[in-house]
Amino acid sequence: MKVTFPHMGNVWVILKTFLAGMGLEVIVPPPCTRRTLEIGVRQAPESACLPLKVNLGNFLEAKSLGADTIVMAGGVGPCRIGYYAQIQREILQDMGCDYEMIVLEPPDVHLSEVWDKLKYLKRRPWRKVLQGFILAWYKACAVDALEQEVMALRPLEAKPGLVDALYRKAILQIDAAGSKRQLRKIVRETVAEMVALPRQREYPILRIGVVGEIYTVLEPMVNLNLEKRLGAMGVEVVRKLFISRWINDNLFKGILPLPSHHAEKLAPPFLNHFVGGHGWESVGDTVAFARQGLDGVIQLAPLTCMPEIVAHSVMPAVQQATGLPVMTIYLDEQTGEAGLQTRLEAFFDMLQWQKGKRTG
Amino acid sequence: MKKIYLGIDVGSVSTNLIAFASPEEMLASVYLRTYGQPIQAIQEGLKQIVTLLGKAEVAGVGVTGSGRALAAVMTGADVVKNEITAHAVAASFVVPDVQTVVEIGGQDSKLIILRQGVVTDFAMNTVCAAGTGSFLDQQAARIGISIEEFGPQALKAKNPVRIAGRCAVFAESDMIHKQQQGHSLEDILAGLCEALVRNYLNNVGKGKEILAPVVFQGGVAANAGMCQAFNRALNIEVIVPKQYNVMGAFGAALLAREAKLESSSFRGFELIDRHFSSNGFDCQGCANRCEVVEFREGERVLARWGDRCGKWSNAVAV
Repeated sequence: MKVTFPHMGNVWVILKTFLAGMGLEVIVPPPCTRRTLEIGVRQAPESACLPLKVNLGNFLEAKSLGADTIVMAGGVGPCRIGYYAQIQREILQDMGCDYEMIVLEPPDVHLSEVWDKLKYLKRRPWRKVLQGFILAWYKACAVDALEQEVMALRPLEAKPGLVDALYRKAILQIDAAGSKRQLRKIVRETVAEMVALPRQREYPILRIGVVGEIYTVLEPMVNLNLEKRLGAMGVEVVRKLFISRWINDNLFKGILPLPSHHAEKLAPPFLNHFVGGHGWESVGDTVAFARQGLDGVIQLAPLTCMPEIVAHSVMPAVQQATGLPVMTIYLDEQTGEAGLQTRLEAFFDMLQWQKGKRTG
Repeated sequence: MKKIYLGIDVGSVSTNLIAFASPEEMLASVYLRTYGQPIQAIQEGLKQIVTLLGKAEVAGVGVTGSGRALAAVMTGADVVKNEITAHAVAASFVVPDVQTVVEIGGQDSKLIILRQGVVTDFAMNTVCAAGTGSFLDQQAARIGISIEEFGPQALKAKNPVRIAGRCAVFAESDMIHKQQQGHSLEDILAGLCEALVRNYLNNVGKGKEILAPVVFQGGVAANAGMCQAFNRALNIEVIVPKQYNVMGAFGAALLAREAKLESSSFRGFELIDRHFSSNGFDCQGCANRCEVVEFREGERVLARWGDRCGKWSNAVAV
């Protein structure tokens, strides 16, 4: 059994470690590129949302590397991700692409649903599986610790790109690391190197929060490197979506003391209940960012994403109540970057203008 | 000799240049078709400025529009700004208490909301170009009237017909249907204007609060039929500034003036006669196959862009 999985930002580092810990041979799909998108789009239904298409591209690219089993995430909420795996399986079957698909999702009826699937996958004793899981968890924390540093340092660096170069190098080191101690060392040394880079300013010009659907937020190929673009303008990006926090919130039920979304406390009265995906969190996080005194918020979503459309529709009310400007960007197959860049620059100018008016 | 500020707006359909010594008094304004060749359009525009003003001393250059990156490298601009900011700055100079800017150009349309002189919200058309200049051009050509006659004809309408404005393709088939039914040309043109305004307010306006004074600018503002349709739909008399079709360039020049430069980095009017070229290639470095554009002056590479990883764009000092 050679397993593969879809890409989402740096999640591959974590999943690879976890699946390898189960004693499986893991095939990481080639990084998401335009080619991935193209082959995914060709096979997927036109009206499906973007993540489904890119996932398909990942599976097809992994197939040519020899993968025969897919571990895919599912869901039982109102978001369409619940159908993804099933549709993708059908599409692959129709194409004559031979894959076994194992869907890990929150149990609908009984916990044994998940248990049985894990038992089916595992090739080593549970003790080893647990060790792999713990190492994967530490890797998630290491990746996110670095990511946060990168977001804070990008707007300050004198020559845009150097922080990202160190970051890319560190991700590969984290991938290769085998113990908590090594991971700590990698994070410590990389952060020290990043902090020592020459700077053009000591404070970011603006601080902008990013909220939205998790896939479009975490996958740079899909959001056209939004965070890098903002960083190069001198903007510190702040977000609450991190993979380690997601694991804590969804798999550990928030038992670890990590920052969380608290949509149930913050989103009302604008949005009073769960709407699927990250819609509720998007609204709650926007309120949290307003209280933190950020300058603006960008909401990201794949075109036709229902939960985020619900969130989008209450954003004007949030904006009015908090005074925090919100810009919503829907991402789709287009790779033309000029439109995004123009909107980001205009949003930047607008926020800076408003800030000048407030302070000056 | 007067020191002038230059503003250059390189758009998809038109390339506009303006020059002023003080913003109250426009010295020169040039409106050209881009015809997909921004380099030639910029050179031609600068040539016309020289013809109008002689080789004046340039105190600052601002560029905007979708071709701003190219224009900036080519001219050595001091300020490079996006279209939204440039249009907002220009509109609030002409009408200081403006609260809404409607801008409809060749390929895109924008709505900018200002309160107390500060931009508070904006939108651009995303999925549909139905309300933009290109579509009007195309329809005028199909009917066989010049775009200049379009507006005055539409104003003569007594009973504008209803045309579906959601999509340019459907709007066209609706128009043809009404034509064949025998409705008068004026009524169809006026109906089209109303449909496009509805399309704009639904797609771009999307529930934003449109308050007077409303400034209507961009090439389409020349169309009296569109102005009237906006007046009716909004119940507000829209203001069309005198320089409506060069407001982007005007805004860019204003921003260059605001920057209070010691000296301009303008590369001189000599660049009219220099040979610039651009060519693209697909980078084979990874599966992204980025379409990299290389911009040259003579043999020398001035800049490259279009790569995601920075391998090419960082290779040349800009």
